[in-house]
Amino acid sequence: MIETLKNTIDYLSTPTISFTVITAIFPFVFPPTDWFDRINRKLKIDKLWTNTGGFIQFILITGFFVLGYQDPNFKIILMKGDNFPIVLMVYSMAFFTWYAMKKSYINDARLDEGKKPMEYHDPEDKVLVWPDLVYIEFICLILFMVFLIVWSILVPAPLEEPANPAATPNPSKAPWYFLGLQEMLVYFDPWLAGVIFPTLIIVGMCAIPYIDINKKGDGYYSFKERRVGYFIFMYGWVVLWVYLIIIGTFFRGPNWNFFGPFEYWDPHKLEVLNNVNLSEYFWVIGLGQPLPSNILLRESIGFLVTGIYLFVLPVLLAKTVLKKMYEAYGPTRYTFLMILGLTMLALPIKMYLRWFFNLKYIIGIPEWFFNI
Amino acid sequence: MPEDKKKESLLEKVGNSPVWKSIFRSGVPRTRRQRMYAVLGNVFLHLHPARLPRHAVKVGYTWCMGGLSFFLFVVLTITGILLMFYYRPTVEYAFTDIIDLGEQVPLGIMREIHRWGAHCMVLTTWLHMLRVFMTGSYKPPREFNWAVGVILMTLTLLLSFTGYLLPWDQLAIWAVTVGTNMARATPFLGSEGPGASLLAIGDINLIHSASDVRFALLAGRFVGEATLLRFYVLHCIAVPFIAMIFMAVHFWRIRKDGGISGPL
Repeated sequence: MIETLKNTIDYLSTPTISFTVITAIFPFVFPPTDWFDRINRKLKIDKLWTNTGGFIQFILITGFFVLGYQDPNFKIILMKGDNFPIVLMVYSMAFFTWYAMKKSYINDARLDEGKKPMEYHDPEDKVLVWPDLVYIEFICLILFMVFLIVWSILVPAPLEEPANPAATPNPSKAPWYFLGLQEMLVYFDPWLAGVIFPTLIIVGMCAIPYIDINKKGDGYYSFKERRVGYFIFMYGWVVLWVYLIIIGTFFRGPNWNFFGPFEYWDPHKLEVLNNVNLSEYFWVIGLGQPLPSNILLRESIGFLVTGIYLFVLPVLLAKTVLKKMYEAYGPTRYTFLMILGLTMLALPIKMYLRWFFNLKYIIGIPEWFFNI
Repeated sequence: MPEDKKKESLLEKVGNSPVWKSIFRSGVPRTRRQRMYAVLGNVFLHLHPARLPRHAVKVGYTWCMGGLSFFLFVVLTITGILLMFYYRPTVEYAFTDIIDLGEQVPLGIMREIHRWGAHCMVLTTWLHMLRVFMTGSYKPPREFNWAVGVILMTLTLLLSFTGYLLPWDQLAIWAVTVGTNMARATPFLGSEGPGASLLAIGDINLIHSASDVRFALLAGRFVGEATLLRFYVLHCIAVPFIAMIFMAVHFWRIRKDGGISGPL
């Protein structure tokens, strides 16, 4: 019984399945349009953000960790000192997302009734910082310090053997907060996953207020008034960042192979790696010719595809589906949004191309270290 | 009234003494006026305005995460200074000093507080960002302050990352090796990055493994003695210095951009 459950969880947590499932249900959990919203309410997914829903989420997460703790394989991973913050991350992210969504739905119901959001108070009715804020801050600090000291007494900070440049551990992992980036390395070369994407993540995050021109929902929790913004942010945050960190920490074993949570990290596990470049698909498999020796000719189809994706697609969208948005945004803002949005989307696209077509590189010029 | 004078408590006696008043000016803050003055006349408290809208003091609205991030920065600074008394950033001593920190030094949980606190600070900044997004608090006029916040979050990650190397154990050098290997692939400036071969004079490559970004970061081709010193200085001086400048701007801008966000 438990074994079957464990095997099922192992199977379901494969990135191919778990990522697809999460991506597919995501628009129903954070519905960006009316259509999704109707289904969300019909299926009662919005009950996720009630107290009962929160309790069920808590039980599920705790159940997973309790089950995991019983399992000899998962226990090893779970008990690594620096993995404890990730357990903390899972709980705190789940709790605060739930809490914010709960407040948002309460506020949405109030706005529907024509009332002001819960946060609203008479602007004349102010409280004094001393003592009303100062004592809250003080209590927060004391409680937090107690938590930190108790944690520090109970759990010693991790320390492994002295550094030995000759003995590379397998797997070698970056600190946990960078494991999302390390997970991207499976699909993209370091110059993208390790340099360009992090830069664009930082630039993109800074750009959020300049791109989001929706003036509503400033200063209170509300989902209804900002659902597209919520949806995009939560997808990037929960799936492309937090989920990838969890995969990178718990599910990536020796040689960065995937292992289900209850699988033994077998260093000799063999994964078939027969990834094929787009150029090989086109020239060798498609046209039955050897690869051209001219690099640019060889990769011309890759450049074409990338060019269309980055430069033609935004123009086409601006003229058709996103016409209204383009007019509202203006050319500069729209261009920025497209660069950032298409880069963000490139990650799931490349993941699926890899899974379904074993595609290695769209443009593959290892001679110049230029692989996409 | 002489009767009331007799009932004056010890706290009030101290509070009204010339010494106390010379330090805190306001006396024991009992009246509304004194309480406002207590905040305005204190260099630390005047980070806050004297009065706030009612929703702004609710933990349910703010989650206290920004405050906790700053508090953790202070905790990490203090424990970090204590750790610096004992820790020597050399390949010879670093690892054994870390062991001594737990076994020989009185109150040997400073490293624990420092390390767990650092993990917590990463989480609190993320949660602070989540809260600010969820309440739409980044919207005008607070756009720039959001951007400053993003930089601060990046600096938090960099602080944590540079500190990761210092224990000089297997975990440390390999995590840093994996992390800094990325720099090798920086376009134009990394020895294995696209376009690096373009930066050449004749046959001489300007960008090679002993002159690229990774070399600048590690002070060598591998994570070694020079890297340890470099990361130590970055961790203890350089990054906190930059973070403090950005924090000053961040806090100042909260006030200048109209205080805490809220519904109109």
